[in-house]
Amino acid sequence: MALQDICNFQSVFEDRLTTEYPAVPHGKKIASNYVSGLPFSNNKSLFHFYIPVAEYLDESPIQFGQISTVQNCSAVSSEDPFLTSSSLPTCLPFASSQSVPLPFPMAHGTTTLAFMFQGGVMAAADTRSSCSGLVACPASQKILPIHSHLVGLTSGTSADCALWKRILARELRLYQLRHGRRLSTSGAAKLLSHMLHPFKGTELCVAATLCGWDGGEVDDGCDYHGGTETGPGSRGETTKNQMTEQKNFVDSTNAKVSLAKDERFSFSQQCSIRKKMNLSGPRLFYVCSDGTRLRGMLFSVGSGSPYAYSILDQGVHWGLTVDEAKSIAREAVYRATYRDAYSGNCVDMYHITSKGWTRRNREDLKEEYYREKERRKHEKTERRDVAFSD
Amino acid sequence: IMLSSQHFGDPGKMKDYHYTGPVEHKFSPYAFNGGTVLAVAGEDFAIVASDTRLSEGYSIHSRDSPKCYKLTDTTVIGCSGFHGDCLTLTKIIDARLKMYKHSNNKTMTSGAIAAMLSTILYSRRFFPYYVYNIIGGLDEEGKGAVYSFDPVGSYQRDTYKAGGSASAMLQPLLDNQIGFKNMEGVEHVPLTKDKAVQLVKDVFISAAERDVYTGDALRVCVITKEGINEETIPLRKD
Repeated sequence: MALQDICNFQSVFEDRLTTEYPAVPHGKKIASNYVSGLPFSNNKSLFHFYIPVAEYLDESPIQFGQISTVQNCSAVSSEDPFLTSSSLPTCLPFASSQSVPLPFPMAHGTTTLAFMFQGGVMAAADTRSSCSGLVACPASQKILPIHSHLVGLTSGTSADCALWKRILARELRLYQLRHGRRLSTSGAAKLLSHMLHPFKGTELCVAATLCGWDGGEVDDGCDYHGGTETGPGSRGETTKNQMTEQKNFVDSTNAKVSLAKDERFSFSQQCSIRKKMNLSGPRLFYVCSDGTRLRGMLFSVGSGSPYAYSILDQGVHWGLTVDEAKSIAREAVYRATYRDAYSGNCVDMYHITSKGWTRRNREDLKEEYYREKERRKHEKTERRDVAFSD
Repeated sequence: IMLSSQHFGDPGKMKDYHYTGPVEHKFSPYAFNGGTVLAVAGEDFAIVASDTRLSEGYSIHSRDSPKCYKLTDTTVIGCSGFHGDCLTLTKIIDARLKMYKHSNNKTMTSGAIAAMLSTILYSRRFFPYYVYNIIGGLDEEGKGAVYSFDPVGSYQRDTYKAGGSASAMLQPLLDNQIGFKNMEGVEHVPLTKDKAVQLVKDVFISAAERDVYTGDALRVCVITKEGINEETIPLRKD
C-alpha cells in the first residue's frame, strides 16, 4: 500500500519484531535504504530518504525540471566502474545535479565562532535565521548541545544542521551505552564527517563546529601529561598512577615518532605541540558537508565570519580569563552583526569546561547598538569641544 | 514563509502570463495554491487560524478549503503551500498518529508530533514537501504551544507565527501586537483568549486587503482543555 510505504510502516514495526537486517521487498525502498550499507552503523539505517531516483525519471516521458536527463545518465554510467570499486552504492544519481528545482529558498547566513583557551572552550553565535532577504526567525538557536560535554555550532541550512545534530546525538548516545565511555570530540567529528560523506555533491549544506571536553573531570585546566595525536581516545577517569604510567609509555613512543619526523619539526617544537594535544582537555573541530574535517584552536563560520575573525585574531590567546574570553566572543559577534546583513538580533554564548557546558543568557544586541551610538555621540561632542578650545 | 521575491519562479504566479520571449516550459511537480496560516499560543489556550481560499495563478479553485486540520484533541496543524503535498502530509501524519496510538497506548503530545513531523519532512530532503506547517496545541502542562516549520523540517517552538502567502505582512504585525516588539514604554499585558481571537480576526482582515491569495473566509480553531472550538468568519471575496 502506498501510504504504508511512505509512512515507513515496515521499519517502525520491524524494529520491535526482528533484530536482523530486514529484507526490503519494494524497489523504491531499496533506493532509500542505501545509507545502511555504511560500515560504522550496526543499526538498521541512519535515516530513510526518499530520493527521486534517475531510473524512474528515465522511464517517464515527463521531464522533472532537470537540466538534462541524458547528461545525468552518461555521468552515472561513466562513474560506474569507479563507484563499484569503492564501497559506495552505485545509485547516487543526484551527485551530478539537483534533480528537482525548488520553488523556495532555504535558511542560510550566520555568524558562529568558537575558540579554545586555558579555561575551556568558548562558543558564541548570533540568532538570526534568514531566508533570501526575509528574516525567517529572529530567535533561532544555532548552538545545540549534543551531550553534557559536547556542543555543536551550526551553520548552513538550518533543517540540515538540526537533523544531522539529532542523528549525531543519537549515535553518540548509542556509542556511550555500548562501550561505557563517551566518544571523544575527534571521534564525534569523524563520525559526523563519515555520515555526511554519502551526500557530498548534493545540496546538503552543513558546516558544524564541534566544541567539547574530552576525558574525565579535572579541577583546573588541562593536565600536561604528554599525549600524542595518535594515542588512544579519551580514557575517562584516570588515577594518578595510571597517568604516570601512561606518560612513561607515551614518552618512549614519542621518542620514536620524533626521530622519524625530525626533518619537519625540531624536537622542542614537537614537544610543545604535543604538550597542547592532551588526552583529555578542550577540543575544537570543524566539520563540513563537503568533507572537510579540521582540528584547531579557533574557528568562525558563516557569512559574518570575516568580521568575527578580525576581532578574534586580535585578542584571542591561550591565557585569557573566562570573563575576557566572554567579552571577546561577544564583541566578535557584535561586530559581525554590525557589518553583515545576514547576522543579527541576539548573541548566544556557551562555555565548555571539564564539568560540562554552561549557557549564558541570550543577550539582545539592540541595547549594545544604542550604547555604541551614545558613545559615538559623546565622542563627537568631546572632539568638537577640543577643536573649539584650540 | 512565503517570499515576495520573484526570482525563484513560483509556478502559477503572474510572471508566467507576460510574454518575455521564447521560454522553455518544463513540468514542475510543484504548484503554489496560496493561503495563509496563523497560530498563537496563550497561557492555557492555543489558536490556529487559516483562510479558506484555494487559488492557482489568477484562478480561484475553491472558496471553502480550510487549511487547519485537527490531529488530536489538543493539536491542530495548519498547512499552506502546495495543496497536493498538504493533503498527503496530513494523511501521513494521521496514519503515524494511529500507529503510535496502537503501539504505545496513548495519544501523541504536541511536542512529539512536532518532532515526528520534522523527521517526516526531512526524509524528503531531496524532493521536499512544498508545505509551510504550523502546529498549534497544548503541551503536557496544559500551556499553549506553537511549533513552526520550514519545508524541509527545521522547527522550533514559538509564541506566535504566521505562515503562507501573507506571512511576511502578518509576522511584523504579530511581533508588535503580541510580542510588544519595536515599541518603547509599553506595558506587557498577557494575552487573553478573547483578545487573541479578536486580534486574529483583525489581522486576517488586513491580510485579505493586501494579499490577493488570502480571502473568502477565515476558519479559527481555538484549542483549550475543554476541546477544540471552530468558528468561520467571512472575509473579502475579491
